[in-house]
Amino acid sequence: MPNSPSDRPAAPRRVTVQRKGPLLMEGPVEVELEDGSVVSSDRFRVALCTCRRSRRYPWCDTSHRDRA
Amino acid sequence: MDHEGPRLPTPRGPLSRGVDAYLRGAGRLPRLEEVARAEVYGDDLQLALYLCYELHYRGFAEVPPEREWDPDLLRTRAAMEQRFLSALRTDAHVHHSVDEALAGLLVEPVEGTGVTHFLRAEGELWQVREYAAQRSLYHLKEADPHAWVLPRLWGRAKAGMAAVEFDEWGGGRAERVHAALFADLMTDLGLDTTYGRYLDAASAEALVTVNMMSLFGLHRTLRGALVGHFATVEITSSPGSRRLAEAMRRTGAGPAAEHFYDEHVEADAVHEQVVRHDVIGGLLEQEPQLAPDIAFGIDATEFVEERFGARLLTDWRASRSSLCTPLAQEAAHIS
Repeated sequence: MPNSPSDRPAAPRRVTVQRKGPLLMEGPVEVELEDGSVVSSDRFRVALCTCRRSRRYPWCDTSHRDRA
Repeated sequence: MDHEGPRLPTPRGPLSRGVDAYLRGAGRLPRLEEVARAEVYGDDLQLALYLCYELHYRGFAEVPPEREWDPDLLRTRAAMEQRFLSALRTDAHVHHSVDEALAGLLVEPVEGTGVTHFLRAEGELWQVREYAAQRSLYHLKEADPHAWVLPRLWGRAKAGMAAVEFDEWGGGRAERVHAALFADLMTDLGLDTTYGRYLDAASAEALVTVNMMSLFGLHRTLRGALVGHFATVEITSSPGSRRLAEAMRRTGAGPAAEHFYDEHVEADAVHEQVVRHDVIGGLLEQEPQLAPDIAFGIDATEFVEERFGARLLTDWRASRSSLCTPLAQEAAHIS
């Protein structure tokens, strides 16, 4: 099979950081939380909360936005 | 699934009467002078335009599918589109750059006054049902108007747009198609999920919001505006959906109704990032001359959404229905 992912070593998974906003990574991902529980997301891309304000932590819910 | 498409709605004036008659093969199209005289955001012109556009989606039961490309009908549509587009260009606030246009969307008001703020804080179940009925015109074909832009993009912009659209359509799983999730919400609210069922009920302001998507989607020349429009929807959706999810919980709308908006809180927080970085970012790299059109799409979306919300709040604060045909009459035969 051409293009089979097993033909070559897995490419490193890129994570995108931003000064303001979530960490972006390719899904699916599992996240282990501080209490040891594991949550997962099978979205094609996952936005991980970095501001800790999300009400759906660890997933971003746009709570990092400025308020005016 | 209704294979034939919905029934044609009741006309609301000379333009929609003319288009309706022509679609039925029983009359002539409106004259261009009539198009020029009509109120551009009014019920009649907007319904006539909606009828023309719907032929590109699922059509109508009474209309032969070939009418989609009828040259006389397209000429009439073009005259209405010209008026609609030039009105939007005149009336929407104009930002000078994409960044300036986006900046306003990325700040959350501490005390918002929009329709989702109202529904969260004090909306009643009848108002939630009206909101869903009005929005069903779009949500039952959620993400469809935006698909037309795909062949007009390439590279990063195309890949990002396609990824978000794939997610909107359930990521390959029929039960996760957002339009299907919205139908479940409608069932929770005792609404009829038949496609096009609430076209007669929808206000002119609701028709405007959907017609604008069709206008931007169907014209390659407006691809920048379509992308700006789509970004605005995705950026504003997450906080708006959180308020609507709270409204659903508070009014006891039901689990599927809550789920629809809960799902959009998370999904659209991701979509926003992809649309801003990849779709807008990619398009600006490839076609920087489209920047004013992208900003126009953002500004026009805010303009039509504010009009839609203001009309709902005006009606509701006066304790009257926002719909042309109130739901109260039909709740009786649904339940």
